[in-house]
Amino acid sequence: MIYLNGNPHDDGGEQTVAGLLRVLDLEPDARGVAVAVDGEVVPRADWSTVAIPVGARVEVLTAMQGG
Amino acid sequence: MADPTTRSAAEQESPKPENGHIADASADPPASAPTMMALRSTDPSAAESITTDQLTIAGRTLRSRLLLGTGGFPSLELLAESIRASGSELVTVALRRVDPAARGSLIDVLEREGVELLPNTAGCFTARDAVLTAKLAREAFATDWIKLEVIGDEDTLLPDAPELLKAAELLVDDGFVVLPYTTDDPVLARRLVDVGCAAVMPLGAPIGSGMGIRNPYNISLIREAVDVPVVLDAGVGTASDATLAMELGCDAVMVASAVSRAQDPVAMAAAMCHAVAAGRLARGAGRIPRRTYATASSPQAGVADFS
Repeated sequence: MIYLNGNPHDDGGEQTVAGLLRVLDLEPDARGVAVAVDGEVVPRADWSTVAIPVGARVEVLTAMQGG
Repeated sequence: MADPTTRSAAEQESPKPENGHIADASADPPASAPTMMALRSTDPSAAESITTDQLTIAGRTLRSRLLLGTGGFPSLELLAESIRASGSELVTVALRRVDPAARGSLIDVLEREGVELLPNTAGCFTARDAVLTAKLAREAFATDWIKLEVIGDEDTLLPDAPELLKAAELLVDDGFVVLPYTTDDPVLARRLVDVGCAAVMPLGAPIGSGMGIRNPYNISLIREAVDVPVVLDAGVGTASDATLAMELGCDAVMVASAVSRAQDPVAMAAAMCHAVAAGRLARGAGRIPRRTYATASSPQAGVADFS
């Protein structure tokens, strides 16, 4: 279990950032997407290797109209 | 800097503005401002020539001196039309949580319109959050440019000066091209430039207020205080506000709500395009001084006597 964008999310056990993005229907090469795990940026190059720990707070962000 | 030979005789002879007359936007236009002589020497059409009067921020050259925010547009179609009408080449976007239900194609729209994307840190109240958001934006959009916003108050959305300065310093050190949204305080603007900001973006009035430029004297003072581009940000309500910003010496104007929440956003976007160009030309032309009494524009001699 992790916290995905503020909500509890059952990720079926530990998985990578890339795996989580697939669950969200986001392609691994998705443009305009950034990920932070527990307040740290996960560089795009590390998405397929960085495992998300249980209970982590994951933020998946993208471009929205603003400013 | 422009070739000094392109400066007009009137400009060269014009005295420095006296204290108290700074906000008249009268004399002392920037050397890079287009003058009539410069326009004549290149092209008889002012509209054509203004396109050669480019804005450079951190080495990036922009033909348009209008920055457009993407917030508040009722639809992506209206946003796209407004971008085209505005002529803007640099538009801001915010970074927010992915919404699986309403995943828009904002990035696709911006790419289709051929504009550069400037991410902001809107919604951040601390230097820490702003720095993290900037780093996420760099990952998301592969750009080192960041419009830095660190807000101190939910009601006014005014910048938090100490946090803003701290975040600016951290981001500059990390290699970012930082464009801070700041107050109209010339001293803070200078501090931001001292830590390495590539431009300053002082407010005319609170975000979305449409109150125009509440303290034109301070905007003029900021123009004098720093040697980086000054982009008026926030407060613009209608086209004349944008023109005034340019007449005061700003290098560019950023608008969002004034366009996106206008009754006809596309028409207002076009109005802003013309307003910025007009203000830039007027600044370069050098306005006449304000006088209390009239100065006749017709000859005094040869007036008929009908008595």
